[in-house]
Amino acid sequence: MLHQYKTAGMNIVLDTCSGSVHVVDEAAYDVIGLYQQHTEEEIIRILMDRYPEGIADPQSPTGRSALTEEDIRECLDDVRTLEKEGKLFTPDTYEQSAHVFKERSGSVIKALCLHVAHTCNLNCSYCFASQGKYHGERSVMSYEVGKQALDFLVGHSGSRHNLEVDFFGGEPLMNWDVVKRLVLYARSIEKEHHKNFRFTLTTNGLLIDDDVIDFCNREMSNVVLSLDGRKEIHDRYRVDYAGNGSWEKVVPKFQEFVRRRGDKSYYMRGTFTHANPDFVKDIRCMLDLGFTELSMEPVVTAPDDPEALTAEDLAIVKQQYEELADLMRQRRREGRPFTFYHYMIDLSGGPCIYKRISGCGSGTEYMAVTPWGDLYPCHQFVGEESFRLGDIWNGITNLPRQEEFRSCNVYSRPECADCWAKLWCSGGCAANAFHASGTIRGIYEPGCELFRKRIECAIALEAEKQLS
Amino acid sequence: MKRIQTLETRNLCESAKNGGCGECQTSCQSACKTSCGIANQQCEKKEDK
Repeated sequence: MLHQYKTAGMNIVLDTCSGSVHVVDEAAYDVIGLYQQHTEEEIIRILMDRYPEGIADPQSPTGRSALTEEDIRECLDDVRTLEKEGKLFTPDTYEQSAHVFKERSGSVIKALCLHVAHTCNLNCSYCFASQGKYHGERSVMSYEVGKQALDFLVGHSGSRHNLEVDFFGGEPLMNWDVVKRLVLYARSIEKEHHKNFRFTLTTNGLLIDDDVIDFCNREMSNVVLSLDGRKEIHDRYRVDYAGNGSWEKVVPKFQEFVRRRGDKSYYMRGTFTHANPDFVKDIRCMLDLGFTELSMEPVVTAPDDPEALTAEDLAIVKQQYEELADLMRQRRREGRPFTFYHYMIDLSGGPCIYKRISGCGSGTEYMAVTPWGDLYPCHQFVGEESFRLGDIWNGITNLPRQEEFRSCNVYSRPECADCWAKLWCSGGCAANAFHASGTIRGIYEPGCELFRKRIECAIALEAEKQLS
Repeated sequence: MKRIQTLETRNLCESAKNGGCGECQTSCQSACKTSCGIANQQCEKKEDK
């Protein structure tokens, strides 16, 4: 399975099943496109007819260079060589092993999203967690529940060394003392169990103070700081219960937090909605504020919500992803690079095929824990009672539901079968698929469309880096 | 090759032989929380790739 596309003056060919990426000239781009459907002689005739004036060549003074029959035969030889080397037209042979990874993992759990606070000091209408309550009662996690969750994680982590715990909400800083105590407890047990805890915290910033900054910068491997960009955009949704915007309050706190964080990981994470499909303006705002590690996510909401992205918005967003890539090129040239979460891609050191097939691990190696100790496949399923998997005292009791997640992978989603991006997204987000289609084996097509665009841009940026 | 530049990428077919240790980051624990993409996850098994 191949995907060919043109962007930023490059012709790019992706070979889905080998993971190979080729940057080619105009002639090779067409040869590869014609290779499987036409004979050698047909390909030569088609290209000679198509390029009587030669092909685009930025190195040539005229901008074009001649294309001869011999050139095309030579190019065909190269394509055949790459095919033999398993770098082009690689057959899809992974389906048979699609279950292996999750079966091999057995019942190992290695990551928990701890919902330490089902309450929030902001009242954002677009919140997928219904202002932190997850459609339930306001609640905070006790230390005892959190401690049991950590023991549950260690007890179910098998031989996994790296364990991830995300403090999430609602607003986790509304239960800050418990967060600190849980981190200290985890640190006290990791050595005896040969584990390494990696903590992350996601916050709206209102309660950040010196203690939070110092503790997080010491203990949290990553912090996710919620900022939507421009003040008028941020304050449109991120308001307190009196309706006051939070931008003025949180930005100085975030700046101080990041300044003192040094080289430790953080992300400014924003959400864009129908109000700002032109989200690159918000990226620019974050850059102007001094932030360089950025993430902007499309809103996840019901299609009839006023915040939802429309079909027209999606077209704008796709253009914005291109504009964002251009902005990254420009800043890279100027020696002022920045990171965009979805454009981070490591072509040579990225995930293995098992990870690419099996996805995020929701419901198997990754679960969310509610303030009262219930287990759900991930934070986005909390509040969907039929998705409750069990609890941290009795373990997984809803075995059929867990089996549904265990057997879910990119090959169990029929609509992914012919998608070139399937080994980059692993079939996408189970929660988004469920909310859009009624089944975790469905897809959320608008999300797919944006994902494919992001991957095209990310690969192009990486290609430029490698080739320079 | 005159017309084709092949980038350095991880060979996915080869990774079927030595991958699957499960130590890598769980996707949603970083910065997305509302979408899934494993493309930006780092492999933790660097010595065997």
